[in-house]
Amino acid sequence: MLAFNYFGATEGGLFDINATLPLMAIQVVALTYILNSLFFKPVGNVVEKREKFVSNNIIEAKNKLSEVEKLEADLLTQLQSARTEALKIVSEAENESEKLYKEALELANNEANASKEKARLEIENQTNAARDQLSKQADDLSELIVNRLILEK
Amino acid sequence: MFFNSLLTSFAALEVGQHLYWQIGNIRLHGQVFLTSWILLGALLVFISLGTKKMENDPKGLQNLLEFLWDYIRDLARTQIGEKVYRDWMPFIGTLFLFVFVSNWGGALIPWRLIELPSGELGAPTADINTTIALALLVSLSYFYAGLSNKGWRYFEYYVHPTPIMLPFKILEDFTKPLSLSFRLFGNILADELVVGVLVFLVPLILPIPVMFLGLFTSAIQALIFATLAAYYIGEAVEEHH
Repeated sequence: MLAFNYFGATEGGLFDINATLPLMAIQVVALTYILNSLFFKPVGNVVEKREKFVSNNIIEAKNKLSEVEKLEADLLTQLQSARTEALKIVSEAENESEKLYKEALELANNEANASKEKARLEIENQTNAARDQLSKQADDLSELIVNRLILEK
Repeated sequence: MFFNSLLTSFAALEVGQHLYWQIGNIRLHGQVFLTSWILLGALLVFISLGTKKMENDPKGLQNLLEFLWDYIRDLARTQIGEKVYRDWMPFIGTLFLFVFVSNWGGALIPWRLIELPSGELGAPTADINTTIALALLVSLSYFYAGLSNKGWRYFEYYVHPTPIMLPFKILEDFTKPLSLSFRLFGNILADELVVGVLVFLVPLILPIPVMFLGLFTSAIQALIFATLAAYYIGEAVEEHH
């Protein structure tokens, strides 16, 4: 009996359902509209604007990164080709210079040989001439000595 | 007889007593509206302060409100689905905020210090009228969501895997609001009663852990209510294949 009074009495009690219910429902619906215009919409706008901004920036950065990677790959191939080109040029120049060196060396050798030959011939001539002169002088001298001896006698 | 003496000794608790407002023919539980107006007023002031000067680099209160918004969005999105969660986010968020503010306000503010002619102030969610109002709103919402999204095809849901499910699904439409309202009501009322009885018996220290437990249950109940509401709406708008 008491329990009935306590929980389900017509006046008061825990399960006393009355006009509080619909009014509270109306209040919550009104609160939904108020919070929507005061909280959900403005905060949502700001947050979504920022999210869009961030995602746009990420996309832009990704595009830039891919562009950079493309440029890097381009540069790398360019560098590679330039390197092979340079190697080719260097080896060509080496060949050229070796050829020139050889030519110059040959030329110089020939010239040196020629001038050596020439000098040898000259020396020989001069030696011959000197020998002739010497023998002629010796002849003169011997003739003189002979004449003097003959005259003394 | 025993019960009677028990009651008189707990007379200070005043369970099931209300401050009646009589407006014409209708009677209202005044204490529920008083506390809800105070708490919702505080909530609205808090929110208007936080959204007064919105910046792209959030500071202070705006940070907190954005966190809250994000939390509610995640809740609505995971339960309702990517397609229609936007339409229902304000409703789910309002349910969450209302229940949360009511529960915590009821637990944190020493309402008992304010003397009323009859009944006492407390969490608005500890009144069965409030929780049934919320639960019925959820019921209406998921019917509306289902019908507005899928038209008459919404009723395919009742025979979805097999027509054998029909009676159970119809029964569910009654058990959903019943369980929603009674879960919230029972938890919050029980928490208030436990704290009340403990404070009455041992006014020092001992009630404090129970009060913390109460805060924990209050928050959990708000989350459960909002999550279930979102889940029911999501179930109604879900496309079957």
